[in-house]
Amino acid sequence: MARIVGVDLPRNKRGVVSLTYIFGIGSSTASKILAKAGIDEDIKVQDWSDENVREIARIITDEYKVEGELRSEVQMNIKRLMDIGCYRGLRHRKGLPVRGQRTRTNARTRKGKRKTVANKKKATK
Amino acid sequence: MARSIKKGPYVFHKLMDKVEKAKGSNKKTVIKTWSRASMVIPDMVGETIAVHNGKTFVPVFITENMVGHKLGEFAPTRNFRGHSGNRKK
Repeated sequence: MARIVGVDLPRNKRGVVSLTYIFGIGSSTASKILAKAGIDEDIKVQDWSDENVREIARIITDEYKVEGELRSEVQMNIKRLMDIGCYRGLRHRKGLPVRGQRTRTNARTRKGKRKTVANKKKATK
Repeated sequence: MARSIKKGPYVFHKLMDKVEKAKGSNKKTVIKTWSRASMVIPDMVGETIAVHNGKTFVPVFITENMVGHKLGEFAPTRNFRGHSGNRKK
């Protein structure tokens, strides 16, 4: 059981892939970490020694912002945009796309499930 | 593409003059401008700038957090009033 910064890593996957299960670590960061720790990328998590795990955990806690800390930083950035009342902040407040995408169609990731407006004619009567 | 650092932030020169004048005098005046593309610079903090949105001037009180944004970001050009028959909520 390899537990790093509060996340259980899948044991039967390659080291690089496994590390990406941590929020804030993608494939490129993962391979950098393993290179620094001197561990081959292809070694599976279950074959890591305790020494290896400790070394990886140390590198991550020392050099990277991950998980809760990173999440709160992202939230802080969004909150700042909303507080200063700029365009991007307004879009965040309304739950619409922030970077100028179209909203006539699509944009479902931000807007959520379609809300059908039933019987529009009756409503306007 | 981002603007070259060598040039520094873009501020419309007439707006720049007005900001400097307002800084010198302690009176609180509202600076009107059409220059939505101008960057908010630290000198503007504490001033109120009325930014044109195509129709009216929207007064924007500049705080420290706004430095680095463009003035236009604070004066929305579109006014969405909601869909018809969507009165509740």
